[in-house]
Amino acid sequence: MPSLLFCGPKMAACGIVISIWGVIMLAMLGIFFSAKSAVLIEDVPFTEEDIRNDKNPPQNIYSLYNQVGINCFIAAAIYVAVGAVSLCQVRLNKRQEYMVT
Amino acid sequence: MSSLLRGEEMCLAQLFLQSGSAYDCISELGELGLVEFRDLNPSVNAFQRKHVNEIKKCEEMERILGYLLREVKKADISLPERDVNPGAPLPKHVMAIMEQLQRLEVELGEVTRNKEKLQRNLLELTEYTHMLRITRNFVQRTAEREPLQVQYEEFPFLEKDTMMDYSSMQRLGAKLGFISGLIQRTKIEAFERMLWRVCKGYTILSYAEVEEYLDSPDTGEPTKSVVFLISYWGEQIGQKVKKICDCYHCHLYPYPSSNEERNDVVEGLRTRIQDLHTVLYRTEDYLRQVLIKASESVYTWVIQVKKMKAIYYILNLCSFDVTNKCLIAEVWCPVNDIPTLRRALEEGSRKSGATVPSFVNRIPTNDTPPTLIRTNKFTSGFQSIVDAYGVGSYREVNPAPFTIITFPFLFAVMFGDLGHGVIMTLFAFWMVLYENNRKLKRTRNEIWNTFFEGRYIILMMGLFSIYTGLIYNDCFSKSLNIFGSGWSVKAMFNAGVWKMDGIHGNHFLTLDPNVTGVFTGPYPLGIDPIWNLASNRLTFLNSYKMKMHFRKKYNVYLVFLPELLFLLCLFGYLVFMILYKWLVFSAKDSRQAPSILIHFINMFLMQGDAVQPLYPGQNGLQVFLVVIAVLSVPVLLLGKPLYLYWLHNGRHRLGMYRGYERVRRNSEEELYLLRAHDMEEGSSHSDLSSSGECQTEEFDFADELLHQAIHTIEYCLGCVSNTASYLRLWALSLAHAQLSEVLWAMVMRVGLKMDTTLGVLFLVPVFGLFAVLTVSILLVMEGLSAFLHALRLHWVEFQNKFYSGMGVKFCPFAFSLLPSSAEHEGLL
Repeated sequence: MPSLLFCGPKMAACGIVISIWGVIMLAMLGIFFSAKSAVLIEDVPFTEEDIRNDKNPPQNIYSLYNQVGINCFIAAAIYVAVGAVSLCQVRLNKRQEYMVT
Repeated sequence: MSSLLRGEEMCLAQLFLQSGSAYDCISELGELGLVEFRDLNPSVNAFQRKHVNEIKKCEEMERILGYLLREVKKADISLPERDVNPGAPLPKHVMAIMEQLQRLEVELGEVTRNKEKLQRNLLELTEYTHMLRITRNFVQRTAEREPLQVQYEEFPFLEKDTMMDYSSMQRLGAKLGFISGLIQRTKIEAFERMLWRVCKGYTILSYAEVEEYLDSPDTGEPTKSVVFLISYWGEQIGQKVKKICDCYHCHLYPYPSSNEERNDVVEGLRTRIQDLHTVLYRTEDYLRQVLIKASESVYTWVIQVKKMKAIYYILNLCSFDVTNKCLIAEVWCPVNDIPTLRRALEEGSRKSGATVPSFVNRIPTNDTPPTLIRTNKFTSGFQSIVDAYGVGSYREVNPAPFTIITFPFLFAVMFGDLGHGVIMTLFAFWMVLYENNRKLKRTRNEIWNTFFEGRYIILMMGLFSIYTGLIYNDCFSKSLNIFGSGWSVKAMFNAGVWKMDGIHGNHFLTLDPNVTGVFTGPYPLGIDPIWNLASNRLTFLNSYKMKMHFRKKYNVYLVFLPELLFLLCLFGYLVFMILYKWLVFSAKDSRQAPSILIHFINMFLMQGDAVQPLYPGQNGLQVFLVVIAVLSVPVLLLGKPLYLYWLHNGRHRLGMYRGYERVRRNSEEELYLLRAHDMEEGSSHSDLSSSGECQTEEFDFADELLHQAIHTIEYCLGCVSNTASYLRLWALSLAHAQLSEVLWAMVMRVGLKMDTTLGVLFLVPVFGLFAVLTVSILLVMEGLSAFLHALRLHWVEFQNKFYSGMGVKFCPFAFSLLPSSAEHEGLL
């Protein structure tokens, strides 16, 4: 079986750090988007027509908020996967270090 | 804790060491690291000192150890990791160590030389083999054609040249000769050209490249070689060809004249190469054994030799007393450590088995002792920041305890972001938790070492940044709505000020706090999050930040009266006006509130009527304050010189010096008092200390006046410029906030705004990019920038006021503080 190791120890450590940060931050962003926080209004992709042609005034914007929130949660899940891969790499690196010396 | 504020009290002491136990006593002192030795023989140069031979021996041993370490490192043998700390060896053991080292050196040298010789042999044999194999191919082509005509295909030109055909050459008796060998590939073309020029067709050169890389014996690197075969007519040509080959550093090998001879040689070579391989393998194995054995004890020896050399160096600093039986050493020692010093001397005497103990005697002195400030791992970082500006004078007030709080605070004011502060704190926390991890402590990377030494500073900076991040309400450039905003948009509609149609047209709407219900009260901590959405956010934040800074910096000034008065009159009044305006004018009167800046300027120009006054009686008060400030300047300017002049004149009449002069710096006052105290004790001046400059009797009035004038100007201008300098706090925090916002807008927003399914996949790398850029630009670059500016503020504006920093740092004689020569070369 070919070696599954494709990055060095430092790269794997960076991967873990960014994954943890990504999971926490994207999850929190997802929660804030679902809670329809006003501060994040500029990050929601709405256009002028959305506001003008709205039958139920805030519902369009709310649905956009929810969409972005779900995007964030999915991205957080992807980062969990990335973190798991990095963890495997770290463990493989440690094992290789013991085998060589 | 008073030690951190003012530094330890030091004294000069004399050590009387018996000759027999001097070595052991100094070894004990070196282990403890208590005292700093003074040089009692300053006029003697290094070669005339007493123990110069021993030091030479030590250096010889260090040289051998360096060689051993290099060899060990080349062979990739790891040194033992345990923390060994052997004591300094006694002089009688030194000979044994020296012998062992010399033996090792000789053995190692021999084995290495043998190995090199064997390798060279092997290379030659290998080349010969290649040459024979390849030249066989040259000749085989012609050998096939032998039964054909006499004309050789290799000599086609002979057909054309009538003068030189084969038969005529044979008649002349010229013999066909061959030279064969190897040459580096890079030289082959020049070689060929040279041959052609010199021999003009009497030679033929055939060559072919060797496929494998061979190690060149000079450089040890693999190079490509080319096998060549030169055939020539005649002896003279042969000699010329040989000379050219020498010139190009070719390796020549005898060319076999017949096929049988060739096969024999090839067989012989093969067996010889096999034998050589075996011998070489055995030699390398033996070398490795020797090195492994050496590596076990080389680390210990390095430390022992280092300690021994240090002890002899210190012994050179001592002098003999009149009876020539006892050594005298002068040391600076903290007063609190004198009992420990006594115990160490007793221990040393006991170890050496001396009958007469060594003892310590405290002597008075006029010299300024070096400064010692005891720090632990937390305070040492801050102390080193202060020391980088200048080590404090003896018993001067040490700014370090204040720096522990003010420095992170100033940094945080410039950095103020909650998210970045959290990341910084986590990073510092990780370093602190792992501070005992040996791998982290021992890395060679200088930049990492700097960060690691300052881990507590970074931790404090991170914590304070979290605090100011909460105050500024800034987290990755977004505000957090923890308590519920105090502003309400709905109330504007209820009051009828805005209507639905009007809103569509306007791009910017102003919330008027005067309308009831709009502003329900101030936000509990920090800035209301709704400001994040407002367009006039920047103007509001700027004025807010500027006021915050003016209020906080005055508690750190320690100055005396005219300076204080000057400062208070001008800037204190400014602060008062700001506070007054905040308290008195509410949002209702905001249209009529006057600008403070204009008032301040008018105060200096003494025009009070143009603008509406803030409060009754303002004009009179302002005039009074300006007059006081202006009057304090000449007091500052002339006060001290006049006072000293009067004192000097008065002293002549009194005839006795009483050192109670009032001077402007605390430290000098202490020093004067100390000297007066010493003199009153009636100490004898015939002491053994080498320098005893007495108080100068000269007093130059003009000099003093000039000095004071410079100080006054410096101070007054400094006040203004320093205040302006603090504006950098505001400027940097603005820069940080804006950078943070731009990063979010340009990176994260792009990822968040994509609402298709592709957007999800896009968000993952976008976030990664955001994280990397945040760390590199906002944390590292901005962090270093804010650190630098906080440092500058500390040094120039703060320590300039009262800190003279002209002391000498106390460097105790301690083995742990001395680097060995091997560490210098980075071998350990």
